[in-house]
Amino acid sequence: MISQKRNNFFLKKRSLTEKLVDKGFKIFALLMASSLSILLLAIFFVIFYESLDSMNRYGIDFLTTSEWNPVTDEYGAFTAIYGTLITSLAAVIISIPLGVGTAIFITEDILPAKVRGLIGFMVELLAAIPSVVLGLWAIFVMEPFIRPFLLFLYNFFGWIPFLSSEPIGPGIAPAILILVVMILPIVTSIARDSINQVPNKLREAAYGIGASRWTSIFNVILPAAISGITGGVLLGLGRAMGETMAVTMIIGNSNSFSWSIFSPGYTISAMLANQFGEADGSQVSSLMYAAFVLMLLTLIVNLLAQWIVKKLSLKYS
Amino acid sequence: MKNIKKSLEYNPRSRRNIKETTFTILSGLFSIISILPLILVVTFVVIKGGAEINLDTLLLEPEPPGDDLLSAGGVGPAIVGTFIITTISSLISIPVGIGGGIYLAEYSKEGPFSKFIRFGTNVLAGVPSIIAGVFIYAIIVSTKVLFGSMFSGIAGGMALSILMLPTVIKTTDEGLKLVPDDLRRGSLAIGASMFTTISRVTLPAAFRPITTGIMLSIARAAGETAPLIFTALFSRYYITGIGDLFYEMGSLSVLIYNFALEPYEAQNKLAWAASFLLVLILLTMNIISRFIGKNSLEKR
Repeated sequence: MISQKRNNFFLKKRSLTEKLVDKGFKIFALLMASSLSILLLAIFFVIFYESLDSMNRYGIDFLTTSEWNPVTDEYGAFTAIYGTLITSLAAVIISIPLGVGTAIFITEDILPAKVRGLIGFMVELLAAIPSVVLGLWAIFVMEPFIRPFLLFLYNFFGWIPFLSSEPIGPGIAPAILILVVMILPIVTSIARDSINQVPNKLREAAYGIGASRWTSIFNVILPAAISGITGGVLLGLGRAMGETMAVTMIIGNSNSFSWSIFSPGYTISAMLANQFGEADGSQVSSLMYAAFVLMLLTLIVNLLAQWIVKKLSLKYS
Repeated sequence: MKNIKKSLEYNPRSRRNIKETTFTILSGLFSIISILPLILVVTFVVIKGGAEINLDTLLLEPEPPGDDLLSAGGVGPAIVGTFIITTISSLISIPVGIGGGIYLAEYSKEGPFSKFIRFGTNVLAGVPSIIAGVFIYAIIVSTKVLFGSMFSGIAGGMALSILMLPTVIKTTDEGLKLVPDDLRRGSLAIGASMFTTISRVTLPAAFRPITTGIMLSIARAAGETAPLIFTALFSRYYITGIGDLFYEMGSLSVLIYNFALEPYEAQNKLAWAASFLLVLILLTMNIISRFIGKNSLEKR
């Protein structure tokens, strides 16, 4: 009786097609996952290979001279590199207090949760505005509006080398402001997330021993969230360095070097956007060299961001 | 005794309380400054762009700058172009991204390979968008590898897909990781193969977060300009057939860039109109996808 029952119950073997589909799917997924690393390496090597010509010709001088003349075949990207660094660093420095301040404001119970949620939502929506629209807005609305303020600064502080030229329109200063707008959502949302991740016990303990709201924020919450905030700030820096459209439209695209942030300038990405379409021969190679420099800069910043998040993060269990 | 009682009362002028209020006001001020750009940009885009929207601007082809000082035509071909280029990039990046994400979350899990790919995803997400354009220019446009065509809508779509890929992989990976392991074990225990488990159990369970992420990445790609300006370039004409995919193609974002820098007012106005449409589309996609994502969180 029992053996008969056993015979009725038999194990179904997987059919060949099912096995093939299963195996094939795994291989497909593996290929797709590997394609990402292949793509990444390809981007790196293609741009490196295309810039070899220019690297051999100008070497390290490319980074320190600011001659950019397609007619005489003289290329140096110092103006663009300076522009990239000054705009992104200044934008980050301005956006740290704004972003972290906003993040604190919307994680504290100062206002009802609905209002705070709305503020957070609006800051995140800002990231959805395409950079080219921000550029359009910067040209026609923001720059004419802030010019009197910049003129005022120039009149009073014109003796400082960084403010030493008259603001006449597009320039580095408006580009910095539009970059602040662009990286504010990243800094704010990452700072908010890392503050939210700080265990409530820490805050309660701080209140328990008599710390006030802001004492506990400065001495307990922010130190505990510092790794995430630093990571977010560095991600913002990387984004600011690579940001193209809005900056191209408002920075003035001038390759003559000036320390002043009121004068027109250049960034590497703006240079690429402006010249790549019509470039040929050694100019393409030089632009590729500049693109390679930009890629290295953003790569370093991004790796640093990931490393800091990993290294500095406090573990709560 | 009286002194002690007094020290327990709230004193708004004590140094500690002044400091508290100052910082609270300061952080509130920063929040206002942070949301100001969104309000200002959206207001100006709605006022300046919304005024230009009519049937002509929606349907006509854009006029070359300087031809007609009163009217710049419309943005019709650019709307179609944005749609086509975004579709091409989605067709490339969604299968690759979902496949890669599945491998990371379902097969490789926490192994060294997936660690490496996750790291690569973060690196690729940090690559500036213009670099994607430069890369596609070097391997597709300048080599004329696509049947001899140089600048084309397809090249533009490929450049955008590089930007979408990391987001799609990440959201698939993270969406699948949220699915409880019990479901997987249950499915495998009743004899389902890995493929059946993934396609019938885990992917449907993670459908909402994945859709949200994909929609956000499409919205981001549709607004990108930098990778397109020297891959898809720009065209003023409607496409007439499938063969036109291999030629220059216009898009809303490149139209805004080109026409914003023209010295003619008619073209500038058209740029505002295009901005209005682009912002409308992108904000809608963002809000919808957030709505989908939010609902999925409430269900859990």
